[in-house]
Amino acid sequence: MQPISSPAELAELRSGIIAARDPNHIWVQLCAGTGCLACGCEPVAAAFRQHIHDQGLEGVVHLKLTGCHGFCERGPLVVIQPQGVFYQRITPEDVGAIVEQTVKHGRVVTKLLYRDPASKTRVEKAEEIPFYKKQVRLVLRSNGLLDPTSLDDYIALGGYAALAKALTMTPEGIVDEVKRSKLRGRGGGGFPTGLKWETCRRAKGEPKYVICNADEGDPGAFMDRSVLEGNPHSVIEGMIIGAYAIGSHEGYVYVRHEYPLAVKHLSIALGQAREAGLLGSDILGSGFGFDIGVSRGGGAFVCGESTALMASLEGKVGEPRAKYVHTVEHGLWDKPSNLNNVETWANIPLIVEHGADWFASIGTEGSKGTKVFALTGKISNTGLVEVPMGITLREILHDIGGGVPGRKKFKAVQTGGPSGGTLIVETRDARIVHSLEEAGEIAPGETVTSLLDLPVDFDELTKAGSMMGSGGMIVMDQDSCMVDVARYFIHFLIEESCGKCLPCREGLRKLHEILERITKGQGEPEDIATLQEIADTLIDTSLCQLGGSAPNPVLSTLRYFRDEYDAHIREKRCPAGVCKDLVGYAVTEACVGDAKCAKVCPTGAISGGPRSLQVIDQAKCIQCDACYQVCTFDAIARVKRDRAEEVQAAAKAAWRPVKERGRAEARA
Amino acid sequence: MIEPTSSLPARVDQIVASYQARPTALIMVLQEIQQEYSYLPREAIERVGERMDLALSQIYGVATFYKAFSLEPRGRHLVSVCTGTACHVRNSKSILERLERDLQVERGHTSADREVTLETVNCVGACALGPVVLIDGKHYGHLTVGEVEKLIAVIRPCACGKQN
Repeated sequence: MQPISSPAELAELRSGIIAARDPNHIWVQLCAGTGCLACGCEPVAAAFRQHIHDQGLEGVVHLKLTGCHGFCERGPLVVIQPQGVFYQRITPEDVGAIVEQTVKHGRVVTKLLYRDPASKTRVEKAEEIPFYKKQVRLVLRSNGLLDPTSLDDYIALGGYAALAKALTMTPEGIVDEVKRSKLRGRGGGGFPTGLKWETCRRAKGEPKYVICNADEGDPGAFMDRSVLEGNPHSVIEGMIIGAYAIGSHEGYVYVRHEYPLAVKHLSIALGQAREAGLLGSDILGSGFGFDIGVSRGGGAFVCGESTALMASLEGKVGEPRAKYVHTVEHGLWDKPSNLNNVETWANIPLIVEHGADWFASIGTEGSKGTKVFALTGKISNTGLVEVPMGITLREILHDIGGGVPGRKKFKAVQTGGPSGGTLIVETRDARIVHSLEEAGEIAPGETVTSLLDLPVDFDELTKAGSMMGSGGMIVMDQDSCMVDVARYFIHFLIEESCGKCLPCREGLRKLHEILERITKGQGEPEDIATLQEIADTLIDTSLCQLGGSAPNPVLSTLRYFRDEYDAHIREKRCPAGVCKDLVGYAVTEACVGDAKCAKVCPTGAISGGPRSLQVIDQAKCIQCDACYQVCTFDAIARVKRDRAEEVQAAAKAAWRPVKERGRAEARA
Repeated sequence: MIEPTSSLPARVDQIVASYQARPTALIMVLQEIQQEYSYLPREAIERVGERMDLALSQIYGVATFYKAFSLEPRGRHLVSVCTGTACHVRNSKSILERLERDLQVERGHTSADREVTLETVNCVGACALGPVVLIDGKHYGHLTVGEVEKLIAVIRPCACGKQN
C-alpha cells in the first residue's frame, strides 16, 4: 500500500474501508485468542469455512478470527453480527446449525446460548450475560471485533485517529493531557504516567527510548498477552504518541517468549504500520520519525523489573540494579528511557482521542480509568475482565466471576503475582477475625470492614496492606493449603531470583527450607518467628522489588491463616488435605461402590469389588490423589495420615448398599 | 528437530551475520540457534564466541540465566506441565508427579532414549483449562490424575505407559 501521507488521507482511507463494507453482510466473529485456541477453536473455524463454502455463502458471510473475547471459561466463543448473537462452548458439530439457522435465517440456536445460572434462562447477547454486564471495556473494546492481523479493521474502528490528532498537538500538550488524565502505570506500580513522560522528556541525553514491557511473567495473568494478540495496533499507536511526546525516535517491545502468537501478531502489525507510513521517518507526513523493534525475552521472571528488562534488551543477563539511578534518566544504554506496560500504552490513544476529562470521569479520585484483570483459579467464570476503578473485589469475584464453583468455600484471592503477591480474604470470616484478634491487630469484638468490599483503587488497596498488582487474580477455595501456597510462591521465586544480591538468593532458600519442613510435618514452633525474621530482612535489604516483596506471600498467609501453620507444626495435620506427607486417603460411607477409584489407582491399593464399599490399602497408597479427583460422590476423604484406617473402619460399620439407602431415604 | 550436522558452524555464522555480530543481539542469536537445534550445542556456543568476539563465560552466563535455553539435547516429544498459580490451586502437582512416575523421567530432564523431555512452565495462559499439559504444543486441559494414562498413550503409543 501507498504510505498515508496526511491525517486527511487517513480519514479518507477510513471512510473508504467503511463504505466498501456491505452492512447486510454477516460476520462470524470467532474468538481465536490463546485460551480459545487451546480449547479447540481451530476445528470450529475449519467447520465454518467448510459450511460457508458448501452453502455458497462466500462473499456474503465472512469468518473473522478475532482476539480474546474474555470469557475463557465458555470457549470457544462466537458472535454472529450484526444480530450480536453470542454462542459459547461451540464444537465443530454445532457449526452446521449456526450457519443454517442463525446465519441464513436469523434464528437463534437456543441450546448454544449462555445459560444464566441465577435466572436459569438462556441469554442471547453478550452484554446481557452477568460476566459482561458490570464490565467497562475500553482497552479491550475492540478485541472481539477486529482481526488482529488486519490494519483495515483497526482503522475502520477509528484506529490511528488519536495519533493523527496527537501530531497536531505540541509534545508538551500531550504530556499535559496524559498528566491531567491521571493515568497510572498498569504494570502494578501505579506511578503517574504523565509525570514519568515529563521527567523523561526533560532528561538530558540523546537518543531517548520508549519501551513497552510485555514480559508478563506473573502466572495466571494474561491481560497484556490478550491485548497484544487481539489488538496490537492499539499498543503501537500508544507508543508512537508517547515517543512524539517524549521526543524519542526508537522504541522496543520486550515480549515474553512464551507468547508466540503475541509476537506474531505484533510483528505483522509493525510491518503493516511501516508500510502504511504510520512508523518510519515521516509519520503521516508530519516529519516526525519513529520505529519499534521487537525483542523476545529469554524466559526470566525478573526481566519484568524495569532495570533487568533493559539489561536484557542490551543482550545481557537480566540482573536488576539499584533504583536510585532512575531509568527515565539513565536507562537503556544509559540513555533516558521511558518504560510503560502494555495496558498503559493501550490506554494512551483513548486519552488523546477522547480527552483527559473524559478519562478522568471514570474511576475514583486517585485511580482513573479501568483495569483489566485475569480472573483464574477456583472461580466459576475464568476469564479476562475489564472493570472501572472503584468497583469492589466482591463485585468482581461474585457478580462477574460467579463465585467459587461447587459447594466449596472461598478462602482467598491472590493478587500481584508471586513477587509482591498478597492475599485478600473475607476479613469478616470468623476464622480470620480470630486470627487477627490473636495477633492483636484488632480488639476483641471490633468490627472489621471486609477486604472484599474494598474498592479497586491503587491507594485504597495499598492502605489496606494489599496491592493492585498487574492484574492476575487467583482465587483459592477450601482445598488450597495456605502453607503450601506460601511454599509454592517461594519456590517459584528461588528459581527466578537472579542471584545478584545475598538476601534474596540465600533468604529465599532458607524460607523455602523451613516451609518445606512444615509441609512435611517436621516444623518446630520457633519456625514461625524465624520465618518472620527472614522475611523482614529480605524486605529491608534486597536490591530490587523481586526480593523486597518476595516475603509477602509468607507474611500474608501467616497473618490470616496462622491456624493452618499451627495445625501443620503442632498437630502434624494439613487441614486442606494438600500436604502429601501428612495426608491419608480414606473411603467414607458416601461410597456408592462404582469402583471408579479402583480403576484409576496406579498401585492397585483400592479393592472392594462392584457395588460394595471400597477400601484403600494404606500400605500400598502413594497419596497420588487420583481417587479423590475421580470420585463424583465426595466419598474419598483426605484426612490426617494416622486417622485413615480409623475413618475407613467407621465407614465399614455405617455403610449400606445404595439400594437400601434409597429405601431408607424414601421412608424418611 | 534438526540433528547437529557438519554445517553447524556455517549456520551459526549465518545467524550471527544476520545480526551484524552485534553483541547486544546475543540473546536473539542464541534463540535462533536454540530454535533450530532445540538446544545450544557446545560447538555452536564456541562458534558464537569467536564470531561475536565474546568470552565463553559471558555466553554461558546468558545461556544458563534464561529459561528459554537448554544446554542439553531435547527429547523427540516435549511435555510441558503448567505449574502456574491457577493450575497449582487446581492440583497440577498431582499430574506432574504422576507423569514423572509413568514416564520415568524427572521434571527438567529427558528420558534415556531421548523420546521425552518433561518440563514445567510457569503459566501458559490457558487458565480456564487448568490443570493444563502441553504435549508438543497441543493443549490437554481439565486433567485429572486418572487421565494421565491417556497422555502417556499420546507420547508412547505402543508402550502405553503401563510399565508398572
